Amino acid sequence: MTRYTADHEWIRLEGGIATVGISNHAQEELGDITYIELPTVGQTLKHGDTLGVVESVKAASDIFAPAGGTVATVNTALEDAPETINAAAESDGWICTLTGVDPTELADLMTPSQYAEFCKD
Amino acid sequence: MSFVPHTPRERGEMLAAIGVASLDDLFADIPPALRLERLEMPDGLSEQEVYDHLHRLSHRNTHDLACFLGGGFYDHTIPAAVDSLVSRGEFFTAYTPYQPEVAQGTLQAIFEFQSMICRLTGLDAANASLYDGGTALAEAVMTAASATRRDTVVITGGVNPVYRRIVRTYTRNAGLRLVELPAAIGEATDRQALAAALNDGVAAVVVQNPDFFGSIDDLGDIAAQAHAAGALLIASVYPVALGLLKRPGDMGVDIATGEGQSLGLPLGFGGPCLGLFAVRQALVRKMPGRIVGETVDRRGNRCYVLTLQAREQHIRREKATSNICSNTALCALRATIHLALLGKAGLREQAEICVRKAGYARRRLAQIPGIRLRNRQPVFNEFVIELPLDAEEAVAGLLERGIAAGFPLGRYYPGEERALLVALTEKRTRAEIDALARALEELL
Amino acid sequence: MIPLIFERSVSGRRALTFPRLTEAEREGPLPLPAEYCADEAPDLPEVSELDVIRHYTRLSQQNYSVDTHFYPLGSCTMKYNPRLCEKVAALDGFAGLHPLLPQLRGGAALTQGALEVLWHSGELLNELTGMAGFTLQPMAGAHGELTGMLLIAAYHRARGDTRRTVLIPDSAHGTNPASAAMAGYSIVAVGTDADGNVDLDDFKARLTPDTAAVMLTCPSTLGLFETHVRELADIAHANGTLLYYDGANLNAMMGRARPGDLGFDVVHLNVHKTLGTPHGGGGPGAGPVGVREALLPFLPAPIVTRSADGTFALDYDRPQSIGYIAPFYGNFGVMLRAYAYMLHLGGNGLREAADHAVLNANYLRVRLQEAFDIPYNRICMHEVLLSAGRQHKTGGIRALDFAKGLIDAGFHPPTIYFPLIVHEAMMIEPTETESKATLDAFADALLRLARLAETDPGAFATMPESTHISRVDETRAARSMVLKA
Repeated sequence: MTRYTADHEWIRLEGGIATVGISNHAQEELGDITYIELPTVGQTLKHGDTLGVVESVKAASDIFAPAGGTVATVNTALEDAPETINAAAESDGWICTLTGVDPTELADLMTPSQYAEFCKD
Repeated sequence: MSFVPHTPRERGEMLAAIGVASLDDLFADIPPALRLERLEMPDGLSEQEVYDHLHRLSHRNTHDLACFLGGGFYDHTIPAAVDSLVSRGEFFTAYTPYQPEVAQGTLQAIFEFQSMICRLTGLDAANASLYDGGTALAEAVMTAASATRRDTVVITGGVNPVYRRIVRTYTRNAGLRLVELPAAIGEATDRQALAAALNDGVAAVVVQNPDFFGSIDDLGDIAAQAHAAGALLIASVYPVALGLLKRPGDMGVDIATGEGQSLGLPLGFGGPCLGLFAVRQALVRKMPGRIVGETVDRRGNRCYVLTLQAREQHIRREKATSNICSNTALCALRATIHLALLGKAGLREQAEICVRKAGYARRRLAQIPGIRLRNRQPVFNEFVIELPLDAEEAVAGLLERGIAAGFPLGRYYPGEERALLVALTEKRTRAEIDALARALEELL
Repeated sequence: MIPLIFERSVSGRRALTFPRLTEAEREGPLPLPAEYCADEAPDLPEVSELDVIRHYTRLSQQNYSVDTHFYPLGSCTMKYNPRLCEKVAALDGFAGLHPLLPQLRGGAALTQGALEVLWHSGELLNELTGMAGFTLQPMAGAHGELTGMLLIAAYHRARGDTRRTVLIPDSAHGTNPASAAMAGYSIVAVGTDADGNVDLDDFKARLTPDTAAVMLTCPSTLGLFETHVRELADIAHANGTLLYYDGANLNAMMGRARPGDLGFDVVHLNVHKTLGTPHGGGGPGAGPVGVREALLPFLPAPIVTRSADGTFALDYDRPQSIGYIAPFYGNFGVMLRAYAYMLHLGGNGLREAADHAVLNANYLRVRLQEAFDIPYNRICMHEVLLSAGRQHKTGGIRALDFAKGLIDAGFHPPTIYFPLIVHEAMMIEPTETESKATLDAFADALLRLARLAETDPGAFATMPESTHISRVDETRAARSMVLKA
């Protein structure tokens, strides 16, 4: 199950591991992504903490943790190929994985259909 | 004279088009109580009158002393071609190159400037310039704090006392702790004192080379010391000395800053200046200021554009790397042209001349009974002598003979009232150096 | 494509020679141990003087500039730069003056002319803005903002007040929040109302006992006079909050209203905008800061004083000062030009400049108001804010496309995509030194492009075509990061 935040992050919890990225809508708004600042493995985050920054030519956007947890892995492939986020924001363009996520924290987030509706406004 | 070209008739046509009766009506949004009747300032003068007034004032300044003043600002030669080229209106009446198609001149010149600063410092990237050497050092401190996420900065005693004060002003409100090591005139940086100050909260060690007193040091082991503690090494450098000295990047320096005035800028009573700023690759995105990068246009032509702008205030606002939103482009252009004219051999020759002039002056002054050379380290173009009397008094006496003998250090270093900082450049003739020596001999 | 200066290099070529050392100076080995020296000289180009002259002359010819083109870059005040100012700045008595000279005993007497320029400039700026005292040290507008915020912090600190936040309108320049943050403050954004003024209700709601200052630009970055300004000031002052004036747009108001009379406590000017000093391709400028009486003790050291006998001196004895913000006395060469400009225009000329800056902007507004959306269509001040929102919606033509089209028409584009709160913004600031004929030609060109956006939007894709290069790949620049040769 994928859930979305109002700040346009997505989070997917599978087998106790949560994967986080920015939404396809967010990458469309940003345009060609030129750089991503990734979090550090082992870093502990609370819900809403800044976990990274994504930059395009004319914009920069903080990425906020959709839920609390500890950074388990980061997608280092993005350092050399940030354009992967443009191509596949919600799959190969994942940013990091978190462990120790409390599933109840995801309850307040949007479902795919709610998020699609949210982006229309 | 307001340089307004409108004739009364045109003005009338324009007011009519807008649909107002008078210029006053255009200011109707200003509440009546806040409107100004007139400025209490004299009416405008003609061009001739303004020129005459300023010409008179310029004659109330004495600019033709034999100048041994340095302290970060030096009386170096400026090739005639520098003034000629920067007075082209296409350069000096343009603004920040936001539209690359109509600003390739400025953009390519800045790219060349960045390249030259990298070649001088041995670092990977330079920005398009900052205001001056002092604020550049303060920005470097902020950059280091942000990159290391640490909050203490250790600044050594050899750093220009004015720069130390600027750094103090900047760090005071930024929540950074500044540890200032004491100055030891003429000595190498105190490694033991530095070791004692280092801990895992230190973001950066700040040094100057040559230091404020003219001494040269090898920064290699200081870089190793800083890096072992997880801190960065910031060095404020003197670009003319880089014609000869080991490059900061080759000695392990992470951020090099400096005052570029010596690269073709007039003394100009202290400004405008040119802040130099170069970093290792890992710090590029933390670097403040404008940066120009190479790219191609839609036809595949190589061209240049402002880049990495997502770090900057117009996008990041309060999260930007710095509030700076300009550079000192025309000063950077001066430096670029100046360095091109000097070239590879010229900058080294200039540096060697400075060293030899300083060597001669030291030999000559050391012969005067009562004068002692203070630098135990080798010097570049500047050095400290100790006089047998108050240095301010001696300097005042020599001013009357047309010699600005140097900068008395007591002003910034209590207890050092007899110490005088003397600077040489390629412009100081042997006759002037001999005249300085003779005048001191007579005075003592 | 012009080669880089490095690509013109020929090994062994020289441009400049130095005076020869005398025998006595040349004596002995170089008094500098080899262990401190680099093995090789820095890899600078090896070129002749004529190579250098041709190279940089050709580069200059690729620029649009005020001297060559109408340059209505909003918020930047690209007015004519009088040559008188260049001439006086080049006088040997100013250009050749070492800044440490007045700090020597007896040295102030040798720099009286320069000190008078600084002192008198401060007096003129006081009158222009209604302030009690100025520091001329800030070396740019943003540096002035930082200085101003440090002054405000020092003021509150001296009163034992520990306020932590600064209110800034959402339409403000990015430098405002960045400067306040550098001074240690947290930023709270305030909204804009339908008329383009600060939203008064939002302002009241966000003002708290923790608010140290409000930073306002007036006229605002939307090019409008902030009609609530006195009310905002009164509310802020009643709360113990200081009001900061960003002088980016002072050109519209000279001689018509003064920040001090409007209620501002601290102001900075951009002399490269308001007072006609050249922009230099991005600098150097100068950002002098003026304050009310209560903040005078905090101004940076030194300040220039005049004694009863008419002599000038530097005052470093300022125990409450925020400290040093510049190595000497600021960008003297820039202030000198601004001083000449103020004397040349005089009180009457400064007001005339403001009047015609506003006249020109409003003339363009009425000429363009049918073809473009004007988000706040009322009498504007020195600049007019258009939106290409309509064209973007119907034909996909954006502010950027209009900018490129204007280049082909022989004009420097306006500021685009600022302020951030206006969709497809185009901020046009004609300045007072442009003639009606120039404005008409510019308006005609923009109207022609607006028609083209309806009839043949595809035509914009290849614009500009008249320049040495076409549209550039900015994404590639940011990704590949080639920052040096």
